[in-house]
Amino acid sequence: MSAEAEGLLVNDWGGGTLPYRVGHRKLGMWLFIVSDAMTFSALLIGYSYVRLASDAWPTPFPFFPSIVFATVMTLCLLSSSLTMVMAVSASAHGNKQSARRWIWLTILGGVAFIVLHLIEWRHLIVDEGLKPFELPEEWLARWSQASPLFGATFFTITGLHMFHVFTGVLYLAVVSLRIRRLRHEDVEISGLYWHFVDLVWMFVFPMIYLLSVDMSSGGH
Amino acid sequence: MKTVRRDFSAFRPHPLEGSAMNSFEDVHFEGSNRLFVAVWLWLLGLTAVEIFLAYIHVPVHLMLTILLGLSVVKAALIMAYFMHLRFERLSLVLTLVPVLVLCICLLLVFFPDSVRLLNLRVYR
Repeated sequence: MSAEAEGLLVNDWGGGTLPYRVGHRKLGMWLFIVSDAMTFSALLIGYSYVRLASDAWPTPFPFFPSIVFATVMTLCLLSSSLTMVMAVSASAHGNKQSARRWIWLTILGGVAFIVLHLIEWRHLIVDEGLKPFELPEEWLARWSQASPLFGATFFTITGLHMFHVFTGVLYLAVVSLRIRRLRHEDVEISGLYWHFVDLVWMFVFPMIYLLSVDMSSGGH
Repeated sequence: MKTVRRDFSAFRPHPLEGSAMNSFEDVHFEGSNRLFVAVWLWLLGLTAVEIFLAYIHVPVHLMLTILLGLSVVKAALIMAYFMHLRFERLSLVLTLVPVLVLCICLLLVFFPDSVRLLNLRVYR
């Protein structure tokens, strides 16, 4: 091993009081995020397992309006991630007032996401008649032999994600109200959680929505 | 009667916290707002590609491969820049990321069973 590489290793794994150069709270949030990422991976792989093992799977989302609607939701969440980065940046430069305003914009994006998502859930449950373990009659007529587990996978995965957005909104509200008493790293930690929620959606959106586009209507 | 004064100071804000705290806290921050906006635009662009693929109806297996590839790129962008991992010590990245990737890959062990379940059926 060259002296240079050895030096890099020693520097990087040198230990000391802050072996990772992050505070214990930030390390704790990172460990939580890793475990939560495994939860969502398990759910998404469980969904893939069921879908692969089924004779047929409903593809009930027409490009317009369903996919366009979900795209707007994605836009809300992605943009709220950008405003959160701006909040952390402002906080790092010691500008707590500006950080607070950016956090409220982030909360606005999260709330918009939840509201749009609930409108979509209402449409599926009330208008279409989708249940966790039962497909609507019309769907069964279109996709014969389709697995009744569509609702279970859809509501579990998007529901758990929505719950994460909801707790994220509460978390950010507390952080913004107490921002003058908090350290910069605490603001950064809340940002980590928020970006993780956004990251999960980057897998949920393609796997649940884009892979279930209705081929016979919309598009061409 | 003896009165016990409990020490609640741990729950009160530290006298140095607040605006004065920043000068005592070792704030480590890299990346400019311009960089973050660029990352955000990249994320929007990759999402637009995914939605376009859904619009033109790409066959499902090809679609799955492309979507997962793009999603991994997007996740990497978010982790590296928004979650600041690119600017952290390598030791933190090596502690968090490989174990996560390994555990997710281990879950793939279920897929052969999924195909077996499908092919077990006699009535198809």
